[in-house]
Formats: sequence, structure tokens, C-alpha cells
Amino acid sequence: MNTPVDDLLLANVSRRHFLKGLAAGSALVLAARWDLALGEEEKEYGADAMPHGWVDDPNVFIRIDADGTVTVTNHRAEMGQGIRTSLVMVAADELGADWDRVRVEQAPADQEKYGNQNTDGSRSMRHWFAPIRRAGAAARMMLERAAAERWGVPASECHARVHAVVHAASGRELGFGDLAAAARELSVPPRERLELKPQSEWRYIGEDAGPAYDVKRGSVVRPKAIDGEDIVTGQAVYGADVAFEDMLYAVVARPPVYGAMLRSVDDGEALKVPGVLRTVEIDGTGQPAGFKPLGGVAVVAENTWAAIQGRKALKIDWNLESAGDNAAYDSKAYRKQLQQTARAPGKVIRDEGDIESALADAAERVSATYYMPHMAQAPMEPPVAVARIVNGRAEVWAPVQNPGATRSGVAKRLGLEPEDVTVNVTLLGGGFGRKSKPDFAQEAASLTKAFDGRPVRVQWTRDDDLHHTYFHAVSVDRLEAGLDADGRALGWRHRTLSPSIGSLFAPDPEHIAPFELGQGFNTMPFDIPAIRLENPEAPAHVRIGWFRSVYNLPHAFAIQSFAAELAEAAGRDHRDYLLELLGPSREIDPRTFGDQWNYGENPERYPIDIGRMRAVIEKATAEAGWGRDLPKGRGLGLAVHNSFVSYTAVVFDVELGDGGGLIIHSADIAFDCGPQVNPERIRAQLEGACVMGIGIAMQSEITFSEGRVQQDNFHQYLVPRIDRAPRETRVHLINPDSEAAIGGVGEPGLPPVAPALCNAIHAATGRRIRRLPVGDQLSA
Amino acid sequence: MSITLKVNGKTHSVDVDADTPLLWVLRDELRLTGTKYGCGISQCGACTVHLDGSPTRSCVLPVQSVGDRSVTTIEGLESPAAAAVQKAWAEMDVPQCGYCQSGQVMSAVGLLEQTPQPDDDAIDGAMRGNVCRCATYQRIRAAIHRAAGELEA
Repeated sequence: MNTPVDDLLLANVSRRHFLKGLAAGSALVLAARWDLALGEEEKEYGADAMPHGWVDDPNVFIRIDADGTVTVTNHRAEMGQGIRTSLVMVAADELGADWDRVRVEQAPADQEKYGNQNTDGSRSMRHWFAPIRRAGAAARMMLERAAAERWGVPASECHARVHAVVHAASGRELGFGDLAAAARELSVPPRERLELKPQSEWRYIGEDAGPAYDVKRGSVVRPKAIDGEDIVTGQAVYGADVAFEDMLYAVVARPPVYGAMLRSVDDGEALKVPGVLRTVEIDGTGQPAGFKPLGGVAVVAENTWAAIQGRKALKIDWNLESAGDNAAYDSKAYRKQLQQTARAPGKVIRDEGDIESALADAAERVSATYYMPHMAQAPMEPPVAVARIVNGRAEVWAPVQNPGATRSGVAKRLGLEPEDVTVNVTLLGGGFGRKSKPDFAQEAASLTKAFDGRPVRVQWTRDDDLHHTYFHAVSVDRLEAGLDADGRALGWRHRTLSPSIGSLFAPDPEHIAPFELGQGFNTMPFDIPAIRLENPEAPAHVRIGWFRSVYNLPHAFAIQSFAAELAEAAGRDHRDYLLELLGPSREIDPRTFGDQWNYGENPERYPIDIGRMRAVIEKATAEAGWGRDLPKGRGLGLAVHNSFVSYTAVVFDVELGDGGGLIIHSADIAFDCGPQVNPERIRAQLEGACVMGIGIAMQSEITFSEGRVQQDNFHQYLVPRIDRAPRETRVHLINPDSEAAIGGVGEPGLPPVAPALCNAIHAATGRRIRRLPVGDQLSA
Repeated sequence: MSITLKVNGKTHSVDVDADTPLLWVLRDELRLTGTKYGCGISQCGACTVHLDGSPTRSCVLPVQSVGDRSVTTIEGLESPAAAAVQKAWAEMDVPQCGYCQSGQVMSAVGLLEQTPQPDDDAIDGAMRGNVCRCATYQRIRAAIHRAAGELEA
């Protein structure tokens, strides 16, 4: 997810002067719905507002060799969202390249050159479709001009067609490879003169042959994922796959409690383990930790296994005093504490109408308190990094979502200038927000320095990952509503309590920040006369960080569960009631809710669109056969949520099996992210989000006792396996030709999953789940 | 100590502690990095290799206990079932981040070599030990069905 705090720590380079030069050329106007809106507002939005903004220079992103091979440089991190394929599709399409002759090269960290590289917040396509498309168009025009000069004809008569430039009048044709050298010498056409292809000429963007798994159609979606073949043959390179002949292997014993420090270590036994070379103290950084390492003791060895064995033999005395009350942190007691705090008013976030009289005068009052625990992102590839120093220059190989912060952090750690640090971004074996925090790369940097620059790989074990990640914020949400005699909601009061990610970078604010409130809390769109939203305090006791969809998870869970509870209290059909709560189709400026954030996007271009919310509800429920007769013990559940400027509705069909086991027959997901570049990968992301969300609902929980995580590995931290996946998951992409701007994809599929599933459980069993995970609540 | 291993048809001699799990010998000594570390306690399946053709978690298998059994990793996978699985996987865009997919492919090939036409229950049973955090499970099921169909044809 977004890292606004991180971004604030960096210089915000204005792109306004570039935009001014852009003006509104006719070609751009043709493509206005796909391109940046060029407003006159003072505030910058979207890619303009990101550190280092955007770059659209074709010479930065596209290279054509004499043999015709087109190499597109992808500067965003690949973690399964498919950006290495999808952004290349954009460049290749606009260029007129043949997909089979296009390859991708991964950019190192260099935001001055490439623009913003922080791959987070479901932003890549939203922010980069337009610049990469312009880069492709500019490169194509340069090839056309090179051909025109060669033939001595006007450039307007030369057109790129599938990897060649054609002069129709004379029937002449030259391949991209034949023109590459000449084209490279030409000046880049100015933005206002770029001729972007009309949508009708796209060959890859938005191309949709239907789901690849639809065997009946036998369709193979083109273009296929660029790394697909390498992955299935074991050739793809992730962080842990980088190796050097003289490389050393390290694991680190980190403080068991957030803020604890090393007092002393006895490494005598560890050094006796065959293959262990020595131990190295890594400086601890206390609180707030930011992206800096937690510190501790590294065991450095000739191979990974020796390092792991050596670490087991360390005798460490930790100073827990520096951790303060974190050393007493108990997640069960903390839940009670938050529930208690939630009974009293908190910081007012939104106040419309007279909530007190709306509740007092209600014919019926409903209240409920919801809980979502800490969770770990647990990407299948645990954090890992390789670093070395050669001639005073550091080089890092790591699976990082945020290459820029990795580079600046490593430079600072080593006392180097960022220019003297190269960060090579490998494939990420999953990210989910964990790898937006590059503390592990700084560990590797410290270790290579301790070995005079020799390459060192630091490998986190799964225990390390679960014990020391940046945890998803635990949360309590208390809701109260007053209904009139007809069941209509008159008043809605919602208190949300979670530790803030802000606590990672500054003294604990104990209240969530605007970019956290804006994740579905203050943007709650129901059309209710009296609304009061409050945020009581909730201190942080562990490192809190982004987890896919972030604060949208608890907010959607609470709001969408409670809406179903209100429907039940009103004796109404849940879908009909939810549509009534949303009210008529309209566009809402999020600023009217006090949300100044809006995922960093222009609120006029990206309003909260109730029509689109209604549409995804109607689509998902229609496809799921909402209202059909079901046998006893079986039920449908619905939830909707907008996040990352996209819209998702989910309907589950579930049944309670013998012995309390839940059978998930199917999921129908309706998704609207505006224009789609790579529909097949969008479907895949939604399928995955659905099952990850089932895990969040059913089984995933990190607990703390005495400040320590109680789960060591996947036998205790449960994540969904194949038998949790619904037998049928149907993703319904809607509105592909809408006038809307591009929305996010990686995260918005997740928030409505848990409430939809819990609503389905209620429909099937009458049991209302308010505390996640469900765990054994159904059999209890 | 020196241990002799047969991996992907080649004999290797490695000098490692006898208790070292096969996974780390493959990755650190032989640089066969297609086999992945995910948990170290046979809970996630990312480290799955074939031992005399049977899917086995290499992260908990001490290298000394391999003996003269032949080890096949993703890099050395070669059989009609393997080809069908890898083709179906790529065609159906099964992988998202891809990190677990070596292990998924190894398990799927093992399944199809034992059970040529598995139903969904058989697939879930055989693939339950392989965690995919991107949760590509729906496509894994579909790709196994497609590979099974291809092998039958």
C-alpha cells in the first residue's frame, strides 16, 4: 500500500514545470480519458505528487537493437501483480512492436532517471500508463522519421506496423532493427506533438480472450506473462537466488521485543558450529524504527544451514528496559483495552446531523463491536538481501518494493552518497507490503561492511519473518445505529481504533493518520442523516506497517458487517438495504467527507462514485443468483468496498458442513477499476485476493505475549491452502470502456472478502462473526 | 564430510555437515536455486523435489539420508507429465509472483504420475502441502486438469 509517510521524508520534486510544457495538445486531447488531467489546481495529484514524479523519455525506457529486439526497461517492482508484463504491453503497443520480439529489463534503483519507483498503493498502472504510453509513441515517431529520411518522403506518409515502418505509397518497408541506429540519433518529439494511437489500433492493451483457465474455450491469452516460462522451469531469479563465489551467509538474532537492545552476547558455542566464521553485532535503532534494522547479532557462515545452527547456539542477554511497556504487550489484554476505550467518545473525524438525538429517538438501536487481529504479510519468499562493496561502491540485490528508499537507507547506513549505491531489484517472491520496508537490505549492507566488502547474503527464516515483520495493525471498531420504525437508518456512529503506521516514523501519534482514515473510514459513503465518526487513541507496541489493502481491511469488515446487521434488524433483504444505504447514483467529492487524501488522486477525476458501487453490487449479486432458494444450512453473503480508487463487490455461497467445517461453494466478484490494460492479470489478482481474504476471515492471526510473537511458522500462523479456495471463483470485470480514470488492482479486491464471507456464514448458520479470525467459532 | 549425491542425472560430491538439509545443499552448494526455501519445517512445499520420482520436502531431509536415491529438481524435470504441467502452467498464467511455483509444479507432476485423471478432491489432497500466498489455487486446479487432458489425448 501507499507509503505517504516515507514519501514525506523524501524531497517532493515538483513535476509542474513539465506539465506546463505539456499543455493540451490535440493528440493528448484525443486520449484525454487515458491521460493526466491537466488542471490548474495548486495541489499536485497522482504521479505528479510522488517523489521524483514521472518520466516519459523513450530513451530511458525503450531500446531497439539492430536485430530488431525491443528491450523495455521496467522500473517498478514485480511481486506477482504482473507489472513487468503489463507496462511492457503498454510500451510495445504504442510502439507497434511484435510481442515475440520484446523483452524486459529490470531497472536498478534510480528515481532521478526513471521517476518514482515505490511499488505500493496499487499505483503502477494508475501513474505510469500515460508516461510509458508517451514513451512508446515517441519512439515510434522517431522510427517513422528515420524511415522518412532514409526514403526521402514526408514522415506523415510513414507508419509503424508490427515491428516495421511502412511507406504505403511506394510499398517500401524497413524493420525496426534496420531503423534503430538512425532513430536513436533523432531528437525526441515534444510532448504536445505526440500522436498517440487510438484505442481501436491497440493490439495488446485491454486485449481479452477470456479467462485462461476456461478450458472449453481453449484460449491462450496473449501476450502471456513475460516471466511465466522462467518461473515454471526454475530459472526466474528472486532475491535469495543471487550468489557469488566468495559469498558469505548470514542469519540475524533480533531483539524479541520491539525496542529491546542487545546487552551482551556469548557466541562461544555458536563459533564451534562447523562452517560458522564469526558473529557481528548489528546496531539497533530503537523506536521509532522506520526502515532501519532492529539490530541484534548476525551469525556469518559458509552456508545458510551453518548460520542457522550457529544462531541457535547463541546466548544473548537482551536489554528489555529500552523497550518500555512493549515488553508487557499482550494482544488479548490489548483487545480488551481497545474495547474499553471504544466505549467513550474519541477524536471527532466527521460529524453530520445530530447523532445524539438520532440515536435517542430511534425506534430501534443496534450496536456491535468488531475485532481484527495483527497479521503478518508472510510472502512465500521471506526477506533476503545480498550486498557487497567494491572500490568504495556498494551494490545490493534484493526483492524490494521501494528501491529508492532501499538505496537511500543503505547509503546512509554505510556513510555513502546514494550515487555510490546500486540497488538491483530482483523478482519479489511476494510482497504484500512487507517488502516496502527494506530493513533487511540495510542488514546486508552492515554485514558486507564488517567483512571488508565481501558479498554477504542475509536470509530471514520464516520464524524471523513472523516474529519481526511490520505487522498489520490490530483493530477494534465499535458501531451504533438508530433505525426508524420502517428500519431506515437515521444515525450512524462509528469509532475506529488502531495503532498508526505513523508510529513507525515519529513518536507514536496514538491516532491514525489522514491516509489511514481515508481508507474507507472517513470516506464511508452511506446516505444517512446523522453520521459521527470518531478515532479514539490506540498506542503501538510493535512495528506497524502496510499489509495489502491496509486499514481498508478493518474498516470494510466492520462497516460491511454492520450494514448486514442493520438489514437484519430492519427485516430487509441485505442487498436491497445496502443499495438504500448507499442512496442514488452520484459522485461524491471525498473532500466533503473531510478526506484530503483520496489515495493521492485528484478528487475531481477520482470522486467516490456511488453509481459504480451500485453497479458492482448489482453485477455480483445477479451472477451469484441472489435471492434464489437455498437448503437449510446454506447461504449467500455480500459486501462491497471502494479502495485505491476502484470498486469491488463479493458474494459468497457457503454451507456449514458436518463438524462445523465451512464449505465455500463459490465466489462471485464484480470489479471495476476503470480501463483495463491486462484483464487476465486483473482477474488473477482478484482470484488471489479472494482466497487471501478467506484466510484473513478464517484463520490468520498473530498474537503477542510479553511483547513476543507467539507464532513461529506456518503450523501456527495459518494461511489458506488449496482446499480453502472456493470450488468456483468467478471474476466479473465490468465497465472496461468507461470514461473513468484508471484505478488500482493489487489491493482493492481484498477488503470486501472477509465481511462478505462472514455475512454468508450468518446467512447459512445464523452465527454473526464479529471477531476475526473465525477459527473454531463455528464448531464451538 | 564428503557426500555423494545424484541430482538431475549427474553425480555430485559435496563437502557438508551430514545433517544439512538437502535444500541447502541444492541451493548453496550446487547453486540449483529453482528449489526454494519457504519455512524450513515442511509446512509450505516451496522446497519440493522428487526423490526417486516421489515429491519430497527437501528442507527437512538430511543430505546424508538421501543415499543413492536420485534427486530431481525443477531444473532437471523431464517427463511427459512434466512437460504437460509446465505448458499448462505457462499457458494459463498460473504464477503470480512465482516463488512457490517450482514446488507446485513438482507436486503436480508427482500427482499426475500417480493419478492420471485426478478430480478436484484428489488435487486438493495432493497439493494441500504447497502454500501459495498469491493464492493461485484456482488456476492450479484448472492447469492440472488441462495437463491431465493433454496427457490423455
